[in-house]
Amino acid sequence: MNAPFVYERPGIYLILAAFLFAVGIYGLIRRRTLIGMLISGELIFSAAALNFMTLNRFMAPDPTVGQIFVLFIMGLAAAEVAIALSIIIAVYRNYRSIHTQELSELQG
Amino acid sequence: MTAFPLSGYLTTAIFGVVIATTVAGAFIAVLSHRIIRSVAGLALCCIGLAGLYYFLNSPFLALMEILIYVGAVCVTIIFGVMLSEPDEPQSQEKPGREAIWGGLAVLVSIAVFWGVARLSLQSGWPESRAGGVTEPMWSVEAVGRALLTTYSLPFELISLVLLVAILGALVVARSGRKKS
Repeated sequence: MNAPFVYERPGIYLILAAFLFAVGIYGLIRRRTLIGMLISGELIFSAAALNFMTLNRFMAPDPTVGQIFVLFIMGLAAAEVAIALSIIIAVYRNYRSIHTQELSELQG
Repeated sequence: MTAFPLSGYLTTAIFGVVIATTVAGAFIAVLSHRIIRSVAGLALCCIGLAGLYYFLNSPFLALMEILIYVGAVCVTIIFGVMLSEPDEPQSQEKPGREAIWGGLAVLVSIAVFWGVARLSLQSGWPESRAGGVTEPMWSVEAVGRALLTTYSLPFELISLVLLVAILGALVVARSGRKKS
């Protein structure tokens, strides 16, 4: 626990992961287009991956587990981006808009 | 560790630059009004994250982060921006309500940040391995061996998920197109 330098202690990585998560949540609340919300979701994915990698580096007994998990997170994020962008393009074709204020047909 | 006495401080300075890159990228990604700038902010944030992965002893993941996020995800989002309407619209609400909602969002995110950071700092983690484990456990060879033995089922499943995602993206994006 007496590591001399700050990059050898887990605290700052965990705080940075919490920061990325909070920024992603702020973006999800405040963004008014679908692509902006997608970008905020990517930030949340990155926060989760950074948290996994930190706990893997400093606490886990087997260091390959976290790396493989982060690889899976990246693969799932790539699949999610492909699907979400195709849905966004389909929505834009139907409504001529991707602003979340105007996509309110189900609200009556 | 090394012969050069100041190398630790030099590494700390590089670490600070990496953290500043990540934080600045995240802020640009969330706060800018042009969507193309926020995609650039996401790319900047991912480059910073790759540096952090390098500091966390995993150069393979740093490479994968740049390859997948900057190289694939950001480019795909840029294509999505080109095919649709890029900019954030002007708000149609009254300025007072706008300020209230903005303040509420800031409050929620600060509360989330404070809660998660406090929780992760105060919980009793097991004894930290500051020195790191033996070097061969971090190598690409160990990762590949674990992927093809212990984790072979998730490995195959994620390839299936990616295939289905590609096909689904094609089907969904194609269906609205008119025949002309």
